[in-house]
Amino acid sequence: MSAETTNPEAKLTAKEFVTDQDVRWCPGCGDYSILKQVQSVMPEIGIKREDIVFISGIGCSSRFPYYMETFGLHGIHGRAAAISSGLKAVRPELSVWMVTGDGDCLSIGGNHFIHLLRRNFDIKVLLFNNEIYGLTKGQYSPASPLGKVTKSTPMGSVDHPFNPLALALGADGTFIARSMDRDPKHLREILMRANKHRGTALVEIYQNCNVFNDGAFEVFTEKSSKKMETLFVEQGKPLIFGENADKGIKLDGFKPVIVDLANGASANDLWIHDETDAVKASILVRFFDKADKPGHLPRPFGIFYTEDRFTYEDALSAQVNEAMAKGADLDALLRGKNTWTI
Amino acid sequence: METIEKKSAKNAEVKDAQSVVILFAGDSGDGIQLTGSQFTNTAALLGNDISTFPNFPAEIRAPQGTLAGVSGFQLHFGSVNVYTAGDVCDVLVVMNAAALKANLKSLKKAGTIIANSDGFDPKNLDLAKYPKGVNPLTDGSLEGYRVITMDVTKLTRLCLADSGMGTKDIDRSKNMFVLGFIYWMYNRDLNFTIEFLKEQFKKKPELIDANTKVLKAGYSFGDTTETPMTRYNVKSAPMEKGTYRNIMGNQAAALGLIAAANKSGLKIFYGTYPITPASDILHELSKYKNFGVKTFQAEDEIAGITSAIGASFGGALGITASSGPGIALKGEAIGLAVMLELPLVIINVQRGGPSTGLPTKTEQADLFQALYGRNGECPAVVVAANSPSDCFTMAYEACRIAVEHMIPVFLLTDGYIANGSEPWRFPNAADLKPIKVEFAKAGAEKFLPYKRDEKLSRPWAIPGTKGLEHRIGGIEKQNETGNISYDPENHEFMVKLRQEKVDRIANYIPEVKVEQGKEKGKLLVLGWGSTYGSIKTAVRDSLAAGIDVSQAHVKYMNPLPKNLGAILKNFDKVLIPEMNMGQFATVVRDRFMIDAIRLNKVQGMPFTAEEIISKIKELAK
Repeated sequence: MSAETTNPEAKLTAKEFVTDQDVRWCPGCGDYSILKQVQSVMPEIGIKREDIVFISGIGCSSRFPYYMETFGLHGIHGRAAAISSGLKAVRPELSVWMVTGDGDCLSIGGNHFIHLLRRNFDIKVLLFNNEIYGLTKGQYSPASPLGKVTKSTPMGSVDHPFNPLALALGADGTFIARSMDRDPKHLREILMRANKHRGTALVEIYQNCNVFNDGAFEVFTEKSSKKMETLFVEQGKPLIFGENADKGIKLDGFKPVIVDLANGASANDLWIHDETDAVKASILVRFFDKADKPGHLPRPFGIFYTEDRFTYEDALSAQVNEAMAKGADLDALLRGKNTWTI
Repeated sequence: METIEKKSAKNAEVKDAQSVVILFAGDSGDGIQLTGSQFTNTAALLGNDISTFPNFPAEIRAPQGTLAGVSGFQLHFGSVNVYTAGDVCDVLVVMNAAALKANLKSLKKAGTIIANSDGFDPKNLDLAKYPKGVNPLTDGSLEGYRVITMDVTKLTRLCLADSGMGTKDIDRSKNMFVLGFIYWMYNRDLNFTIEFLKEQFKKKPELIDANTKVLKAGYSFGDTTETPMTRYNVKSAPMEKGTYRNIMGNQAAALGLIAAANKSGLKIFYGTYPITPASDILHELSKYKNFGVKTFQAEDEIAGITSAIGASFGGALGITASSGPGIALKGEAIGLAVMLELPLVIINVQRGGPSTGLPTKTEQADLFQALYGRNGECPAVVVAANSPSDCFTMAYEACRIAVEHMIPVFLLTDGYIANGSEPWRFPNAADLKPIKVEFAKAGAEKFLPYKRDEKLSRPWAIPGTKGLEHRIGGIEKQNETGNISYDPENHEFMVKLRQEKVDRIANYIPEVKVEQGKEKGKLLVLGWGSTYGSIKTAVRDSLAAGIDVSQAHVKYMNPLPKNLGAILKNFDKVLIPEMNMGQFATVVRDRFMIDAIRLNKVQGMPFTAEEIISKIKELAK
């Protein structure tokens, strides 16, 4: 325990969320940057350290709880969502953060993931997506693109990948966002917003695995292509991207089209981002074409969709509290309705 | 053979009977289970000892009239103590031809058949696969039995002719006619069922009247029939003094969990996925939210248990339940709980396996699964209930051990006792064994999540406690600190330590007793789980016949009671009847080098006492 924590008034620092354990990710792994951002966001969210819990499954990213000086549980493959749900059901006041990867969350844990989203437990889900299995040393994941050559797919993957955010939206997720390891400022903003959301907050984080899938997201992170290939959406603002912010997206019916602002298109005609619009969100999550496809749309980052919906734990607690108000008598329960005496 | 058609004179003689076994059988839509449970409760209220066994098909509504659709409810009640639902029945009540065909083998010689003649029309006979033109009620094939036929459908319709109800609705009351008649036969009061009907149809008063009327008509039918009939009095049984209720095993298990939570000051989190025959525990618990119970119907078996683990981490009493196939899916998570060293109760209401097996039938073949069914050296505590009401005691014990020792505990029951019922001399809440739980608090020293007490139990440090921030997980860890460790010696040390932690629980459980017979002798019949009633009856009757035989029954399967080895060595032979291929016998041989004699039955049905008696006789020669 650091000395500062004994003074309840003192605001914690990022350092106080660092454990004494050696971080064992590969040098250069995108996880380091995410860990750093999460540790620096924690003192800002106004929640006591002892009320924060990090829960993970299995995979490189799932080592995360060991590095956070909070309560933590490193579970089993794919089950972090279910473990978190049980904890949140009995301790709604805790701030529960689930850390998972694309294999853990979308493959072995896919079932728990969709059910977590529809139930809307107030859990923050950090989905580290590196489009590869890292800990098992380099097999393709359900997020790997078609044709991906990996150890288990020497002739290229024939497995059509998930679009994680479309999946989440389809499962009635109430907070759907994307960020990346290489943009700490953006990641930090999204984490702050995720924390404020009451309900399941999914943050997909593009994370580079420099050992088994280096450069998977470089078109989005490298200076030379980032501006053309990414689209940072902000509430109430038009969808603009491009080298000199000279490209925009407008809706032609339900079809998004790229327009050239430098060549006469008006900014007034552009799609204005509204994160509460489920229809627009369903189009936005489909901006998912690979960068080598001609005429493809840029990949959006930011908050795609938010919705204010009751959480499972609140509804459950309300029922239990209502029933408890009526009182409970163990003797009466044991006795039942019909007895006889000998 | 007698056929009753007219109703006029009172001509029934009344006899005393010690115990009677009735088997109600009909289509699964005939209300058989309800009829059986009504008679059960009425008999129990009159002080009979009682044991029941519902036997139903896996299909909710199998095709009407077919052999596959036959649902049965067997009940054994007596003025003497009864421990099983009975080997063979004295009275077989059949609503149709298929019910007769499927159950005639269970009827004793010269037993009574009460048949609904309407269920023996050509269509029903054909569905029951009787050859064309053959009707067992009229062809003389039932010569050796006493057959009472009545057209229940016609009589019920007559009774409700001016009720204004439709035929379909009227026919739903058929079971009440039969029940009324059986009440007459055994001289029972109708009040309990009438009260039940009032409660059941609170919102539909017309159904209270209709069903009550049919029930009374069934009773009067007996009273006014002119054919010679025998009525039986079954007096109350010599039960221990006290106040009783009737209880089913799954219901008892649910109450045991609630009682344990209540006594320990914890709240239940019950994470589960529906599966036969365990779902009734979920149904029962979900009614008792007023005790702070949170039930969670998860998306699958794995989420059921892992959510319970998450809840236990948060300081709740995490419980999950399933049957064999579901337990198989939970295996990895049980291993996690063993590593995390958190309290967790895992209930397995066993059914016939493997795979989907026999979902609605009973078996004890998941003992190995509970003891060994995980990867790695992964010992868990295992306890087993031996009767419907014992499900309460052992559910309570499972919770006590789980929270006091910070360990996952299996509770094994099975379809027979889960759905069976018996009278229960329920305890006072104040008399239940206290359960001590203390959450860790921050001290002056650095908190060590895996520091142990004399039980080798670690502190339960729940989130929200300042100064106790720590991380736990399924990876091998260093003792005390809980830090990840791949050190070879440490792993072996931890493996042995987790085993020792289980072994030490033997100091905190009761010893096993020789319940019947001498402490030392020629033959011990050793059992575990739901075979208790059959073994108890078999040993009682063998002792009465002058055979030197003793009985002991194990409820704590891992660790085993400390004195078990010593008891076994006091007998020349040990016989272990099991509804599996000899799993406990294998454990006994492994632990004590005693090659017990096996008596195995794997038919989805409990042992009859007679099956055990004949083995005892064979061994006593």
